[in-house]
Amino acid sequence: MQWIDNLTVMQQFALFSALKIIGVFSILMFIVAYAVIIERRVSAFIQDRHGPNRVGPLGLLQPLADAVKSFLKEDYTPGHVRKVFFWLAPAIVMIPSIMTVAVIPFGSTLGDQPMVIADLNVGILYVFGIVSLGVYGIVLAGYAANSKYPLLGGIRSSAQMISYEVAMGLSVIPVFLLVGSLNLSQVIGYQAHSWVDWLIFKQPLAFLIFVVASFAETNRLPFDLPESEQELVGGFNTEYGSMKFALFFMGEYANLTVSSAILVTLFLGGWTLPVFGLDQPAQHWLGGLAHIGIFLAKMIAVIVVIIWVRWMWPRFRYDQLMRLGWTRVIPVALANIVLTAWILWLRA
Amino acid sequence: MIVKRTALTWWERLYIPAVLNGFRVTLRHFFRRKVTMQYPEEKWVVPPGYRGAPYLVKDQDGRTKCVSCQLCEFICPPKAIRIVPPGPEVDPATANVEKRPREFEIDMLRCIFCGFCQEVCPEEAIFLMEDYSLTGGSRSEMVYDLPRLLALGGTHHDPIMKWQQKAREAGLQGVKP
Repeated sequence: MQWIDNLTVMQQFALFSALKIIGVFSILMFIVAYAVIIERRVSAFIQDRHGPNRVGPLGLLQPLADAVKSFLKEDYTPGHVRKVFFWLAPAIVMIPSIMTVAVIPFGSTLGDQPMVIADLNVGILYVFGIVSLGVYGIVLAGYAANSKYPLLGGIRSSAQMISYEVAMGLSVIPVFLLVGSLNLSQVIGYQAHSWVDWLIFKQPLAFLIFVVASFAETNRLPFDLPESEQELVGGFNTEYGSMKFALFFMGEYANLTVSSAILVTLFLGGWTLPVFGLDQPAQHWLGGLAHIGIFLAKMIAVIVVIIWVRWMWPRFRYDQLMRLGWTRVIPVALANIVLTAWILWLRA
Repeated sequence: MIVKRTALTWWERLYIPAVLNGFRVTLRHFFRRKVTMQYPEEKWVVPPGYRGAPYLVKDQDGRTKCVSCQLCEFICPPKAIRIVPPGPEVDPATANVEKRPREFEIDMLRCIFCGFCQEVCPEEAIFLMEDYSLTGGSRSEMVYDLPRLLALGGTHHDPIMKWQQKAREAGLQGVKP
């Protein structure tokens, strides 16, 4: 490994960043693929079925079969669509969810490298900024499809995401009031030392609001109005097929994965566990791997719970969704900010 | 029926009881025994009287029961059955008693499993059996011919014992049945 030391700092940075990007991207795609099969198996089990169990042992190779199927299907573009936007929309759904991963610390250190692609000081602002872009893909898909159901899906989606983005942004302000920084690594550092330091226990209300808002942001079931299969055929992706549809699908699950990752980082202590000295950045590469494992385990647990909720609840009606968002969640989030600030002011 | 809408309490309007109940119900179902039939390995037990594929049967002595009367061919609504009767040609083994179809074909792609052939058959030679999953790689493969129909049909006990009676009569007259 002599040649690595011979590189300049800039070259080393580029090399390690590229490696981390490749690693994180492939793990993300792996989790996306397996989130789909977790979803299908969990839904099946809850509905007293078996689910896909034929491809490979326990059906574990099902994502492979799905991918092959999506690639081999005819990539059909209906005649009545606006072609440029129609082709652009799936990419615009997919890209923001991948970009968000950049600021999430998924481990402490491995060797000398911090396990985060970009340790931004404004991490969470970057996340919110990028996540907001996701709605453009859905709206664009609805518009480009040039037919009524996708358009309705797109409109609903924009209203829903804009409403709940406000709630989401407000819900995390108390977190940053407590931590005193927008940097996600420092948020984790704040929660590292004991169970009660986890922000889920210090800010349960913020956690609840964040969870509700992230369900709405990722179009998951109590709030999946953009898709709502029963009423809108398939919602914004009705006119899509083959790989373009698969991109929407992957985008949805990537969003799910990323929002679980953010949830773990903000409220569940990130890669730390306050036992066995796992709360400190690792000195040895074994500890570094353990931290990554802890992060992945927490994230997958959150993903499973989010999937579980989908098979438990009926969909909210559109007016209920809006009323819940604007007249319940946002005032509570505001009150939580004021309360937290007041307590912090009293203590100071 | 008039459903009374009771006003929800404050606690219920928080959705929290609904959430907890939902988790309980789904968790209970998660570990429950699954109802899915693992199809190719487990198969459905068909009820008695089920109308599956029509096959031809033999009697207890291994003779084809069909006498080539062609009633089933005439009654068949989708015209799935095609029978070639023996004509003037004489089968030395059975000539003095009964005719036998030279060819008997059922096109399983046309068959609608109505059971008219079974109902109309005077010899009880054709029965709708329990097979419901007929597959083939081509259309011609789905036209079942006489040996195949007989092989699939198996034997069916004939209480009348027509052949014994005929054999006895033939023996009295000193001819071969």
